[in-house]
Amino acid sequence: MVDHRRKGTRGLVLLALIIVALPAVIPNAYIYDVVILIGINAIVCIGLNLLIGYAGQISLGHAGFFGLGAYASPLLSDRLDWPPALALLAAAMAVGLLSFAVAKPILKLRGHYLAMATLGLGIIISIVLNQEGQLTGGPDGMPVPPFSLLGQRAEGEATWYWIVGALLLATVWLTLNLVDSPVGRALRALHGSEVAAAVTGIDVLRYKIMVFVLSAVLASVAGSVYAHYAGFITPSEATFFRSIEFVTMVVLGGMASTFGALIGAALLTALPQVLTPLQDYQMLTFGAVLVGTMVFMPKGLVPSLAERLARHRR
Amino acid sequence: MSADLLQFLVAGVTVGACYGLVGVGFSIIYNASQVINFAQGEFVMIAGLGTTSLLAAGMPYAVAIALGVLITVLVGVALEALAIAPARQSSVVTLIIITVGASIFLRGAAELVWGRNFRSLPPFSGAEPIALGGAVIQPQSLWVLGGTAISVVLLSLFFAATRSGKAMLATACNPNVALLLGIDTRAVLRLSFAIAALLGGIAGVLIAPISLTYTDVGVMLGLKGFCAAILGGLGNPFGAVVGGLIVGVTEALTAGYLSSAYKDAVAFVMILVVLIVMPRGLFGAKAGERV
Repeated sequence: MVDHRRKGTRGLVLLALIIVALPAVIPNAYIYDVVILIGINAIVCIGLNLLIGYAGQISLGHAGFFGLGAYASPLLSDRLDWPPALALLAAAMAVGLLSFAVAKPILKLRGHYLAMATLGLGIIISIVLNQEGQLTGGPDGMPVPPFSLLGQRAEGEATWYWIVGALLLATVWLTLNLVDSPVGRALRALHGSEVAAAVTGIDVLRYKIMVFVLSAVLASVAGSVYAHYAGFITPSEATFFRSIEFVTMVVLGGMASTFGALIGAALLTALPQVLTPLQDYQMLTFGAVLVGTMVFMPKGLVPSLAERLARHRR
Repeated sequence: MSADLLQFLVAGVTVGACYGLVGVGFSIIYNASQVINFAQGEFVMIAGLGTTSLLAAGMPYAVAIALGVLITVLVGVALEALAIAPARQSSVVTLIIITVGASIFLRGAAELVWGRNFRSLPPFSGAEPIALGGAVIQPQSLWVLGGTAISVVLLSLFFAATRSGKAMLATACNPNVALLLGIDTRAVLRLSFAIAALLGGIAGVLIAPISLTYTDVGVMLGLKGFCAAILGGLGNPFGAVVGGLIVGVTEALTAGYLSSAYKDAVAFVMILVVLIVMPRGLFGAKAGERV
């Protein structure tokens, strides 16, 4: 356990160093953009990883929460003239309440019912965003006012890089602490066996709901940040495919591994950029990579490689 | 009954039958492996598009349909052999992600083969609509309903009267006990993919003359088939057919009387309500859990 914690701290320091050092080697605004998107996706995935990797539940609707954060924040700050930071918090709270209301009755059930419910919820959100054209601009999307806090406006890739970097670091720190706390141990226990966890006195339902709500709130915050950064938002950010992308990032990187989720987000955000020259083959390759990794490294990249490395050292 | 209502019911039952066939595929694979196969909608797409190509190559219509469905079954079997079987020991979540990857892969491959255009199949027998109490019925609707009914009857005979069918039921009931009794549960899984692909393929060629076919046609059809399966109680194949009809009819009535914009949301609102109010679906088994 102590070793586990030390590894986590080491990883956190390494991540901080990478975030600080990276701008020195980023050559242009395009790469900045990709790195910022990686950071935003990683925040969603780290939250989602708590749910999938630790609580053993799967969500097929997190893009819905991401989309709600992305739309609610600009709608509140633009139409109602709220400060963007307050709008972001309000959106996160609203998503928290929504996810709580949905999770409470459904997480009582066993199996993949949460997956089904989140799938339904995510698609409903996506359809509403597409149809309520007067409010959301429909399929064409809507512009988002710039983010400002205490009179300071966030503009340009470099500024956003530090904002997203700091948020990512905070998210990683939060989850590493959570995973190492009694809450984290309870989560791992209920992943192993819910019945056994319940017998030892763990309130299984409460923990599952807590993790689900936390992951939904993180997705909403990441969505708000994305909307302000991109300056424009379309419903394609809230589609079923996007939800699948988030889950895939988590599983590809490695379930129950915070840094795995981060690496999964980095790889799958960068992959389509690398594949652009292969335009016509993009979907084909994306699918093949996904199936191939899952067949040959079912635990995901990071745990599989770590295992191999450990075996090698011995 | 007003002519409008009758017309909506006919449209709803027709598309609902297809959701039902797709939903049965979800249930059969779920029974064999607890996996939700998200490539189910792609079977619908491959059969429809494959048949258009075979038809364009000059084959008689009936042969093109048969071959189109056969190709779909082969894709289903290949999917199981290449992607599911090698990962058999993995967690169910991993297997579900594999089917998601396979669905993206198949759509990518279909785009390379068929491009992004919409294609259509001619109706199986004439386009002359039949008048019925003020509503008009496309002859193809009758083909959809007849095809679905025959498929369901044959499937229930298969479960009731063949060794393979009984082996599938036993595996669904308890895979470990089935294995102990000498049932080859891996063969059951292979067979379940073949049957799911067959049913998806049949749905694909039946609906293509009505709804057009294109590489993304399977996405919504697949997801709504999934809703049908949940509504009927996941793991209950015949419940899925009823679930599909309910989804189809509710959707058509919503589009007709309330809002056509929110037609696609109906299926998903229904599964949310069902999960909260009657979590095991309308016909799902009551199951306790043993430790």
